[in-house]
Amino acid sequence: MTENNLVKALAEHEFFADLSAESLTALASIAEVIEVEPHTMIFEEGGHADAAYAIVDGSVALEMNMAHRAHHIVQTLHRGEMLGWGWLFPPHRWAFSALVLDTTQLIRFDGEKMRSLWDEDREFGYEMMKRFAHVMTDRLAATRLQLVDFYADRY
Amino acid sequence: MSEMYVSGQSGIGRLIEALAERGHRVIGPVVRNQALVYDEIEGVEDLPKGWTDLQEPGKYRLERRGDEKLFGYVVGPSSWKQYLNPPEEVLWSGTIGPDGFQTDPPPEPPLYAFFGVRPCELAALAILDNVYTTTDGVPTFGGYTATREKAFIVAVNCSDPGGNCFCVSMDTGPTAKAGYDISITEVAHSGNMRYLLSSGSAAGAEVLAGLGGLDEASSDEIEAGDAVLARAAEMMGRELDTNDLPDLLKGNVLNPRWASVGDRCLACANCTMVCPTCFCNTVDDNLSLDGTHATRTRKWDSCFTLGFSYMHGQPMREAVSSRYRQWITHKLSSWVDQFGEMGCVGCGRCITWCPVGIDITHEAGAIRRGDLRDTHITVGGHSS
Amino acid sequence: MQTVTNPAVIDQMTPVPFRVRSVREELSHTFTLELEPPNGAFEFLPGQFTMVYAFGIGEVPISISSSSSNQGTILQTIRRTGAVTHALGHLKSGDYVGIRGPYGVPWPMDEIKGRDLLIIGGGIGLAPLRPAIYHALENRDDYERVVVLYGTRTPNEILFEEELGKWGARTDCTTMVTVDAADRGWNGAVGVVTRLIGRVGFDAANTTALVCGPEIMMTVTAERLMEVHSMAPENIYITMERNMKCAIGVCGHCQFGAKFICTDGAVFPYPEVEELFDVKGV
Repeated sequence: MTENNLVKALAEHEFFADLSAESLTALASIAEVIEVEPHTMIFEEGGHADAAYAIVDGSVALEMNMAHRAHHIVQTLHRGEMLGWGWLFPPHRWAFSALVLDTTQLIRFDGEKMRSLWDEDREFGYEMMKRFAHVMTDRLAATRLQLVDFYADRY
Repeated sequence: MSEMYVSGQSGIGRLIEALAERGHRVIGPVVRNQALVYDEIEGVEDLPKGWTDLQEPGKYRLERRGDEKLFGYVVGPSSWKQYLNPPEEVLWSGTIGPDGFQTDPPPEPPLYAFFGVRPCELAALAILDNVYTTTDGVPTFGGYTATREKAFIVAVNCSDPGGNCFCVSMDTGPTAKAGYDISITEVAHSGNMRYLLSSGSAAGAEVLAGLGGLDEASSDEIEAGDAVLARAAEMMGRELDTNDLPDLLKGNVLNPRWASVGDRCLACANCTMVCPTCFCNTVDDNLSLDGTHATRTRKWDSCFTLGFSYMHGQPMREAVSSRYRQWITHKLSSWVDQFGEMGCVGCGRCITWCPVGIDITHEAGAIRRGDLRDTHITVGGHSS
Repeated sequence: MQTVTNPAVIDQMTPVPFRVRSVREELSHTFTLELEPPNGAFEFLPGQFTMVYAFGIGEVPISISSSSSNQGTILQTIRRTGAVTHALGHLKSGDYVGIRGPYGVPWPMDEIKGRDLLIIGGGIGLAPLRPAIYHALENRDDYERVVVLYGTRTPNEILFEEELGKWGARTDCTTMVTVDAADRGWNGAVGVVTRLIGRVGFDAANTTALVCGPEIMMTVTAERLMEVHSMAPENIYITMERNMKCAIGVCGHCQFGAKFICTDGAVFPYPEVEELFDVKGV
């Protein structure tokens, strides 16, 4: 994919909406588009978190491996969503595994380069951090609702 | 206005007997267990002659009046709903067979005459009629409609309102306006009891015409009756400001006052049992031991019980404060949305029979005034 | 039909015997009764419920889960939670249940003609929605988009799973299912049902949402529709549930503020209940 196409793909992704052309170009410079087949593991729980992912199309399951039960799916992520934030903070480890459910198109960003990019341009870094914080709070709220266990008999 | 008659106590006795002769079971006030309750009466001697009732929040005492009045009291814990909508009533019974259910024939509704119905109680009957009326004419819930339609109503206007009365605030008394067959006003005239009788229906007129021994009331006698009732209207023990009250309560769902009254309320349900309009019921199904015959019984229920709101393993109104809020907002607010009128007639029973003396007029007033908590409460004449 | 009944109706609390034609186990705690009305036809509207009576045991309000265009038999999908529903669960073909009804305000299928339908169900809440889905699909030209979103606990607890698949296979109906928890092997979505709303995409101004599920699920769904997707509250319909004894507005049990859930609902436009929805103990 050419850099132009990559910029276009970024601009069409919900998470990057309304960013300046300059910012999109900067992001494109550290990104690549990858296509992943079903049943592929994008990353594994405990592994080194070296990249951020934006899902362009497809579905990814976040899994947790537990001793007493195999591969519990915590949440699935879909088109327009961001995948993974282990790369953001030390020790840069993945908290979950990411398993591809359908053929999935991803934009992969190099984690270290992304952090440098934000550090160099703090204003841009702040904007990106706000967007990540929003994704995180939204995801946390959704997870809490999952924990409520709506459909249990007592409700 | 229909013709006004006048008689002594013998005329009241003849009226009771005449109603019995017409096939009615005559129910009226009697003294029992140190209270005035409604039960079957056969003559004027069954009435609580010379008694009055002293009522305060959480307090009820019968006392001798020192005169011969037949109606010199207010209301006791009974109300007419116990005859129209009895505490327990079989709604349906039937037998199951290979082809479905065979329904047992329903019982004939009883033929009552309600004697001594107070104006506030007439208003309560009208309110219950509204609750149980259906557009398609199919009775809703047991024998209420059938029993009500056949019941003969003798109203007695209030000459001696009590300490917990506020019918003037609710515009239901002390004078009966409609909904009776015969109305009576008791007038004490130099130690002599006189009774003004008038009819409010064709059946009432027929009964009065057939009674015999009645005199036509003079204008002086009619004026004396009016004076008694005008004076009674000035004797209300309580007052309830109903101005904008439905919206006021609606806008105070989260008022901390509910927690304060909830702390005092025992959730005993007394108020709902004695209330002449509280209509909440539950349904009980029973099965014979051989599993072939079933009975469905309607029973009084109360929004103050924990089980009332039970759903999927938990009550919706767990806190007593939420149950009190439900009750008072239903009476004074949401009843208006549901039935176009308030569900309170100002009889004061809920105040009298509350073991801790919670006063509906005081609680509604506290919401209006913004009082979050009482500093001084009087129950049954004792301060706490 | 050889049903013996006394023609004299004592009151509206008298159940009418319906013959059980079949019993279908749906999920481990959920079953569907197929019932035959005594006179061969039973008229109702999507979203209405009946009081279902287990002889001598008691009565529970249950939504009708079949198509309102089929009056010959009705389906009632029931979850075993208490004494009455357990007794109903023991019934066999040829047994009798008592039915009163139909009761309640239906889904506003006529009023919302020409609009996009966003039908959101949670758990057994799909049962009261199924007649609305049938109605929309049987009268497909009356509506624009038809979207069915369904959330449940686990992949083993997907009600009407086969039908959800059939609706999803249609080109004129979008269907999405999500579960709260799953193990590897489940290929669908995992996450709270509100997460499906963002994925499906809709035109808020031309969409009416019909929502049925546990109360808290409906609250968060309605809030999500309004706050994130700018949907007007009057375009959201939900159903309420409360303890119910009579279903005709005279027993007092199901009051919610000034509403009788049985006669003013159980389907409500959201603004009618919004104010008290989150208040404890109403």
